[in-house]
Amino acid sequence: MIKARVTVTLKNGVLDPQGKAIEGALGSLGFSGVGQVRQGKVFDLELEGDKAKAEADLKAMCDKLLANTVIENYTIAID
Amino acid sequence: MKSAVVQLPGLNRDRDMIAALTKISGHEPVTIWQTETEIADDIDLIVIPGGFSYGDYLRCGAIAARMPVMQAIREKAEKGVKVLGVCNGFQILVEAQLLPGALMRNSSLLFVSKEVKLEIVNADTDFTRTYEQGQVIRCPVAHHDGNYFADAETLKSLEGNGQVIFKYAEGTNPNGSLNDIAGIINARGNVLGMMPHPENLIEHAHGGKDGRGIFASALDVIAA
Repeated sequence: MIKARVTVTLKNGVLDPQGKAIEGALGSLGFSGVGQVRQGKVFDLELEGDKAKAEADLKAMCDKLLANTVIENYTIAID
Repeated sequence: MKSAVVQLPGLNRDRDMIAALTKISGHEPVTIWQTETEIADDIDLIVIPGGFSYGDYLRCGAIAARMPVMQAIREKAEKGVKVLGVCNGFQILVEAQLLPGALMRNSSLLFVSKEVKLEIVNADTDFTRTYEQGQVIRCPVAHHDGNYFADAETLKSLEGNGQVIFKYAEGTNPNGSLNDIAGIINARGNVLGMMPHPENLIEHAHGGKDGRGIFASALDVIAA
């Protein structure tokens, strides 16, 4: 099985209220000097077949479902 | 005018929507289940109601937007059939890219359930013609992810083309949506998405009838 990790993050300029709240919470825990915090998602996937097919499939999965490309970017890492 | 209400696992406002359409048009809408791939030719209005389709897993409306029934709805929309998405229905329409932009977590991070004031920004549409241009109506909202986002270019074209149909009236924006946007329509003018729930303000028992006009306009009946 091929193991892959897809990371989905918000595009620059898209407001991230959850990241902002986390940023505030870190500050209130006493972590000073924390700049901007942005929240994202990680998907760990196992795929059958060869690496080239997995790469193509993962890209299609991201474009079709895993990311909303209106607001999100994604990166794919294959083990 | 014949209407249909889409039913998906996790949607919970379908009964309110069926009641509203029945009371306003005098005819009970048909229901469309998630697996259906064909929608009858005599349907003039398809409504996707609110709720939490598929638990809103991944992103609100994301999984619903990829169900077989959405392909059927897309084909109908391309033929000019009217489609109305309310709340989760709006989220599904943007995820299906039948409407531009995205609906994100409320800026307060809180679920909001309250009444807001809505300005009818464009009364010259199939969904708003029984209202006056600029009229302000009351309408309930109940959502966690109603914070409308689109890039600057998309926003500009929506505003310029009269595709912004509803805005939260000054000071009542409950979710941080850009330009106070509460509802938009596609360029063709037959697909409308809105976060507020007009189906919950259609009779005296609701405390008002401000929401009737949307259904009366879309169903081509006189608003009472």
